Amino acid sequence: MSSVPDASDATMLGRRTDGTPVRRPLSPHLQVYDMMQMTSAISISHRATGIAWTAGAVLMVWWLVAAASGPEAFDRVQWFLGSFVGILMLMGVTAAAWFHTLAGVRHLFWDAGYGYDIPTTYKSGRAVLIGTAVLTALTWLALLISW
Amino acid sequence: MEQTTRATTLRTPLGRVRGSGSAKSGTHHWWMQRVTSLALLPLTVWFIAILATSAGMTHLEAMAWIGHPVNAVLLLALIGLTFHHTASGLQVVLEDYAKPEWVKITSILAVKAVCALLALAAALAVLRLAV
Repeated sequence: MSSVPDASDATMLGRRTDGTPVRRPLSPHLQVYDMMQMTSAISISHRATGIAWTAGAVLMVWWLVAAASGPEAFDRVQWFLGSFVGILMLMGVTAAAWFHTLAGVRHLFWDAGYGYDIPTTYKSGRAVLIGTAVLTALTWLALLISW
Repeated sequence: MEQTTRATTLRTPLGRVRGSGSAKSGTHHWWMQRVTSLALLPLTVWFIAILATSAGMTHLEAMAWIGHPVNAVLLLALIGLTFHHTASGLQVVLEDYAKPEWVKITSILAVKAVCALLALAAALAVLRLAV
């Protein structure tokens, strides 16, 4: 199946085991979806932010190990976290952490069986986005005040 | 009736009741990811709140804060749960996307090894300051 003339055919065109083409309903492929809609965009972002947060966990380990190693090591990690790259990383990790936390709570509600209908799904999705923005801003406000 | 349902499945009644699939673990991995996420919720908010409100900590202040018994216990819990949750989350991502099979298995094992070592290093640091 080198070319699919119509995107809606992507759910219909398949091949038999002997290679001959056949038209029958197939599982929809990713390309038939609008990937920027709230549901799928937040779903994949939940994974991406989980992976990104790993960088934050590594920073935590560096900070703790440096604190236990001595003043020079601690100065180095504090210098890095206060540098341009460090602040950029921390900002990214803060936003990713809040997003993953809020989207994770949304998943826990789904796991418990609540909030599956479309209007609620869109509402909770918007709440995750707004909550991420507000909590990230508040975290950095607290950080700048205490600096 | 009993005869016909028996005939259509290869699973033993005991296996069906235990809910263990071919991996012999049932929903354990899925469930542990939920349990660790619940436990991480308060711990993470606590850690982020502390860091955000004490950005300019000196080395002495940081040592005293990490070494405080309550903080040390919570940090050890945070470290263990963080890397358990991280390793199982990354494992699922690799199971979904990493191909071929040997790449999948080696990358999952590597992720678990790195997570275990990072957790041990962080825990050792906390214990050095707390004990």
